[in-house]
Amino acid sequence: MLWNTILLSLRELRRNVMRSFLTILGIVIGVGAVITMVTIGGGATLQVKEQIASMGSNLLMVSPGKRFGPGQASGTILFKEADVEAIAKEVSSIAALAPVSSQSIQAIYGNQNWTTQVTGSDNQYFRVTNRSVKTGRQFSETELRSGAAVCVVGETVRKKLFGGQEALGEKIRLQKISCEVIGLLQGKGQSTMGMDQDDVVIIPLRTLQRRIAGNQDVNLIQVSVQQGASTDKAQRDIQQLMRERRHLSASEDDNFTVMDMKEIANMLTGTTQLLTALLSAVAAVSLLVGGIGIMNIMLVSVTERTREIGVRLAIGALERDVLLQFLVESVVLSSCGGLLGIAIALSASVWLAAMLRVPFVFNASIVVISFLFSGAIGVIFGYFPALKAARLDPIEALHHE
Amino acid sequence: MTNKNALQPNNEPEKHPFIEFEGVTKVYGQGQGAMEALRGIDLRISKGEFVAIMGPSGSGKSTCMNILGCLDTPTSGTYRFRNVDVGRLTRNQRALLRRHYQGFVFQGYNLLNRTSALENVELPLIYRGTSGRERRDRALHALETVGLKGWETHTPGELSGGQQQRVAIARAIVTGPAILLADEPTGNLDTARSVEIMELLTSLNSDQGITIIMITHEPDMAAYARRIVHFRDGLVASDEPASP
Ligand SMILES: Nc1ncnc2c1ncn2[C@@H]1O[C@H](COP(=O)(O)OP(=O)(O)OP(=O)(O)O)[C@@H](O)[C@H]1O
Ligand SMILES: [Mg+2]
Repeated sequence: MLWNTILLSLRELRRNVMRSFLTILGIVIGVGAVITMVTIGGGATLQVKEQIASMGSNLLMVSPGKRFGPGQASGTILFKEADVEAIAKEVSSIAALAPVSSQSIQAIYGNQNWTTQVTGSDNQYFRVTNRSVKTGRQFSETELRSGAAVCVVGETVRKKLFGGQEALGEKIRLQKISCEVIGLLQGKGQSTMGMDQDDVVIIPLRTLQRRIAGNQDVNLIQVSVQQGASTDKAQRDIQQLMRERRHLSASEDDNFTVMDMKEIANMLTGTTQLLTALLSAVAAVSLLVGGIGIMNIMLVSVTERTREIGVRLAIGALERDVLLQFLVESVVLSSCGGLLGIAIALSASVWLAAMLRVPFVFNASIVVISFLFSGAIGVIFGYFPALKAARLDPIEALHHE
Repeated sequence: MTNKNALQPNNEPEKHPFIEFEGVTKVYGQGQGAMEALRGIDLRISKGEFVAIMGPSGSGKSTCMNILGCLDTPTSGTYRFRNVDVGRLTRNQRALLRRHYQGFVFQGYNLLNRTSALENVELPLIYRGTSGRERRDRALHALETVGLKGWETHTPGELSGGQQQRVAIARAIVTGPAILLADEPTGNLDTARSVEIMELLTSLNSDQGITIIMITHEPDMAAYARRIVHFRDGLVASDEPASP
C-alpha cells in the first residue's frame, strides 16, 4: 500500500520535473551548505589536532601572562633562566625542558634575504619538539654557554637562502651577527594553522639574549613529561612552583599559564569550530526556508489539483490515501533535495579540501542526519497541505475549475 | 478495503432491491436561502438494469446521482445500496463502497493530465491494493474492452474526446464494479462519438451484466437504455420502459 502511494507520488513529481526541482532548491542548498561546512571544518580541526599530536602528546607549555586574559602587553613578568633551572630541579617526572625566546628577523646570505622566526633555545629543544638535525650537528656545551654565533636552519629557510647550494659551514647574517650554519633540521613538511614549521632558524638561547634581544628574558618554557607519568600532576607541580617563586598569595590569580597540548589544541580548533557552527546555523536557516518553499508549492499544488483530488476520492481513495499521497509527495520531494544536496556537498567538499589543503574527512553522521532532517522537513511542512487535500469535499472538488 | 465486511448487507441482498430510494430529499443551505433540490424521491433499481435519467436543468438529476454514488447523503429519507443504509455510513465507509462496487464516468472525463491512459486506468486498482502484474493486466484488458488497444501509452492530451471518455469508462469498469454511474457521459461529444459510447455502455450492460445509471439530455441517447426516469422540480415525473 505504501509502495503504491510512493509510486503515485513519483508519477506526480515526474509530471512536473522543472517545478519539482525549483521547489527543492532551498533544501539542496541548505543540506549542501551544512554538509560542506561540517566536512571542511572537521578536516581543518583534524589537521590541527594531528599536527599538535606530531609535536608530542606529553608536552606542556609554560608561558608568562594570565590565561586567555588581557594585559599581555604591559606588566607581564617574563621568565628568566633561573625559572627554567628551578623547574628542572624541583619537578620530578620531567623528561626534558627547553627555554625558548623568539624574534622575527631578516636572515641574509649573499644577495638572498628571507624574514624568518629566529628561536633561541638549547639542545633540549629538539627533544621536546620531536625534531632532529638531519645533517650537521646540534650545539656544543661551549657554544651554548658562550653564546656562540652558530645556527641550525629549517628546510624552508635553507631553500630560500641557499637554493641548490651547500649550506653547512656557510655564514648567514642575522642583524649584526654572522652565524655559521652547523646543522639542518629534519623537515616537517606541513603547517599548523598556516604557519610553516620549517620556516625557522635555531640559535643558542644565550646568543639570542645577548647579541640580538639584549636582555635575559625567556619567552616560553616547553616541557616534555616522562612517558607514563601524569601530565596533570606535572602541570600542577609547575604551577605550584611558579606561584611560590613569584610570591603569589592565595587570593591572587596566576600571572603565568601552564597549558597542555589538549588545551592548546582546543584553543586552536575552537576558532574553526565556532566558525563552522555559525555557518552551519546560517545553512540551517536556509533549510527552514526550503521547508517553507515546499509547503508553499504543496499548497499551490493542492489548489491546482483540486479536481484531480475529487476524482481520486470519487473512485475510491480514502481520506487517508490522499493524505498519505501528498505527505509522501512532499517527503519524496524534500528527500530528493536532501540527496541532491549530499551529492553536491560531497563533491564540493572534496574540491574545497584540495583547494584549502585540509584533509577530506567523510562525516557519515552529518550526512545521515541531514538526510533524515530533509525528510522530516517534508513531513512537517507537507502535513498541513496534505490535510487540506484529504478533507476536500469530493463533489465540490469535482466542480472546481 | 479492510472492513469490507462492515459494508455487507445483513440479509441476503437478492431479497431486497439493489438500489432503493425512500422519500429521499436534499436541501442545500438553510433558512431563507434554503434550496430543495430533491423533494421526496422513491425509486428502486434492480441488478442488471440500464436506466437513463432525464429532465430539465436544475431538476435534481446530478444531486440524485451524487447520492447514488455515495458522494453525498440525503437530508431526509433513506437510500439503501445492497440493503445498506448509506446515510448512516461514515465518509470513509462510503468511500469503501465506491471503491468496491461502483464506477464513475463524468461529463468532463476527469482524467489525470500528462498521465498515460494505462496509468489512469490503473488508478482505482492502486487504491484497492492490487499490485504489479495483475494491475497491469487488468488495466490492459479494460482498455481493450473499450476498444483502445494500442493507445495505452497516450496521455489525455493526445487523445480525442471520444477516446478520453472511453479511457474514463475503462477506469470505471477496471475494478469489475456492480454498478456504473454516468453523469452526462456524452455531453461533450458529437453525435457519432456519442453513439459509439452508447453502444459501448449497452454492451457492458448486456455482456458483463453491469448495472448502468446514466444522466442524459438527449432522447436519442436515452433510447439506448431500457428504462427512462424523468425528473421535474426534484420529483420523479415519470418512470417507464424505453420505447423500442
Ligand atoms: N452545492 C449546491 N449548493 C446549493 N445549491 C445546489 C448545489 N448543488 C446543486 N444545487 C441546486 O440544486 C438544484 C439541482 O441541481 P442539479 O445539479 O441536481 O441539477 P441537474 O438536474 O443536474 O441540472 P443540469 O441538467 O443542469 O446538470 C439546482 O437548482 C442547483 O442550483
Ligand atoms: Mg447535472
